[in-house]
Amino acid sequence: MSSIGHPRHQSGLALEEMPGPMLELREVTKTYGMGEVEVHALRGINLVVREGEYVAIMGQSGSGKSTLMHILGCLDVPSTGTYLLEGRDVSVLNEIELAEVRNRRIGFVFQQFHLLPRLSAWRNVELPLLYAGRRPRSARRERAMAALGAVGLADRVEHRPTELSGGQQQRVAIARALASNPAIVLADEPTGNLASDQADEILAIFEAMHNQGRTVVLITHEPDVGERAKRLVRIKDGLVVSDGPVRP
Amino acid sequence: MNWAETARSAFESLRERRARSGLTVLGLLIGIAAVILTVGLGEGAQARVSSAISSLGPNLLTITPGSTTTGLVRGGLGTAGDLTLADAQALSSRSDAPDIAHVAPVIQTGATLTSGSSNWSAPVMGTTPVFTTVRNRQVVVGTNLTAAELASQAHVAVLGSEVSQELFGFASPVGQVMDIDGVPFNVVGELNTAGASGASNEDNLVLIPISTALDLFSKPGPYAGSLSEIFVSATSSSTIGAAYEEANDLLLQLHSITIPSAADFTITPASTLLSTAATVSKALTTLLAGIAAIALLVGGIGVMNIMLVSVTERVKEIGLRKALGATPGLVLRQFLLEAAMLGVLGGVLGVLLGLVGAVVLPLLISQQIDVSLVAVVGSVVVAAGIGLVFGVYPAYRAARLSPIDALRSE
Ligand SMILES: Nc1ncnc2c1ncn2[C@@H]1O[C@H](COP(=O)(O)OP(=O)(O)OP(=O)(O)O)[C@@H](O)[C@H]1O
Ligand SMILES: [Mg+2]
Repeated sequence: MSSIGHPRHQSGLALEEMPGPMLELREVTKTYGMGEVEVHALRGINLVVREGEYVAIMGQSGSGKSTLMHILGCLDVPSTGTYLLEGRDVSVLNEIELAEVRNRRIGFVFQQFHLLPRLSAWRNVELPLLYAGRRPRSARRERAMAALGAVGLADRVEHRPTELSGGQQQRVAIARALASNPAIVLADEPTGNLASDQADEILAIFEAMHNQGRTVVLITHEPDVGERAKRLVRIKDGLVVSDGPVRP
Repeated sequence: MNWAETARSAFESLRERRARSGLTVLGLLIGIAAVILTVGLGEGAQARVSSAISSLGPNLLTITPGSTTTGLVRGGLGTAGDLTLADAQALSSRSDAPDIAHVAPVIQTGATLTSGSSNWSAPVMGTTPVFTTVRNRQVVVGTNLTAAELASQAHVAVLGSEVSQELFGFASPVGQVMDIDGVPFNVVGELNTAGASGASNEDNLVLIPISTALDLFSKPGPYAGSLSEIFVSATSSSTIGAAYEEANDLLLQLHSITIPSAADFTITPASTLLSTAATVSKALTTLLAGIAAIALLVGGIGVMNIMLVSVTERVKEIGLRKALGATPGLVLRQFLLEAAMLGVLGGVLGVLLGLVGAVVLPLLISQQIDVSLVAVVGSVVVAAGIGLVFGVYPAYRAARLSPIDALRSE
């Protein structure tokens, strides 16, 4: 899984302006509940995200944003349609290859954080490194510390999630997404539960990731958050209704 | 993530859930210890019964006066239920009873024994020197009765170990003098300790020459000189049947009884005692093993329950680990190690408790416990198997869900 290695931009203007497609959805649908009540969460999404892009996805509650994000993160599979990640159809990947993609290529920040409550902050951040096979333990700890430092939590590394504020938990989740240095960062409402000054700190982190050349996709329903991205995709009832650059 | 890291993760996860892990281990431990002890108790009883009976003498036939089959209609002319020295003599005949090796006639009477200020009461058996051979006993201190003492009606006695201890403490009784119902006897020997067999205590007895017993203790009357029993040993275990036939024919003939079912004596081979006892104690062992299996099952259901609940509770964790890059194999490996650690801990502690119990319990309940390897291995395998299956199977199912489906479960 190293067809695309480095998350940074290639030098050279031509490449800078037209990098290859990183994520590509073709007519993707997702239908929940195969019984009498079917929910069509996605009804034919076409979307291309290029390397290094900073995309915000907006839409009403229930419009299908999280569903879309889970498919992009290889955490769920489309009902129909094709998802190409770095040019490869993910439907042909087996469980082990999928695990490797989730581990190495994608950092995912969940809407509900999903930290393991019994592990300290740094042990949570260590998890993807463990599955990546990074050794020895001291190297993992160092890397986790660096990631926690990058989100401003250097003094909270030994605290458990229950001993942290919502914003701090969210930052631990972001540090975990960053730990394995993924090319793609997907974040589902990373500022949803936060006060605006905390939200600003988080958005600054995402901007820094974008500036490092990573591909960043985040979901938000706050217009001012959406406006800080470079491109805005609007979703309604499982369909893309608008897609274009954010005017400064 | 290698095995060591997985093991660390598994261990930490168990430590975080101390109470639950402890209960699981307790369930395994009690189940295993219960199996080891109950089966051990059964095996111990079985071993004790058969060793007690075989210590009677493996080829032993016991002839007692009186019929077992027809209590009322006794064939006979006045000597009903009577065994005599003449009978014993006839049985010793090499030509008439070639399959009988030894014959030990016994006249038994309860008596009061006195030595100095010590008193004790015990059965006193007048018999011949072959008694020890027939009954598979040894004289461990001093000497056995002798033919010369028999001929001279000597006042000599060989003591069972319990009698010796009661009268003389731990000192050797040989050379001491004691009174049997007021008549002084020299103690010449002491028998080995045999333990109790069935109802009779084989260590509480006194042997004296049968001639002396006839002289001193035989009550006058129609039964004067009649024997309490005759012990006969066959030449080998394969000739017990033949020895039985010969004794039976000879005694019927001597007692002038024509209908065998009207016999005024009863011959009991030790082997029938042995096989009856073996059947009974095997049934006991089976019963106890059944109880043990139920204990194991109940413990096992407890373990299943805890395992199922704890894995179900952690489906979300499994989803998260998968989302962060764990393969299903790695998830399974962790749950496998967790279950294995609980299984090993419960197994080791259970076996330890069982072994300690097998040493300590007999001191309290005076029952022998024979630890059986089959019970140890079987119970550990069953208990650990239950832990593994119910700790790993639900985790296997959860690891096959998509990360999102697992994360969404509550
Ligand atoms: N597991 C599920 N089973 C059935 N229906 C589901 C499931 N998950 C989501 N849905 C439905 O699919 C639709 C899209 O849900 P989704 O979570 O993607 O919305 P969202 O845009 O993320 O909303 P929000 O902004 O509130 O997070 C909703 O109607 C929701 O009820
Ligand atoms: Mg959502």
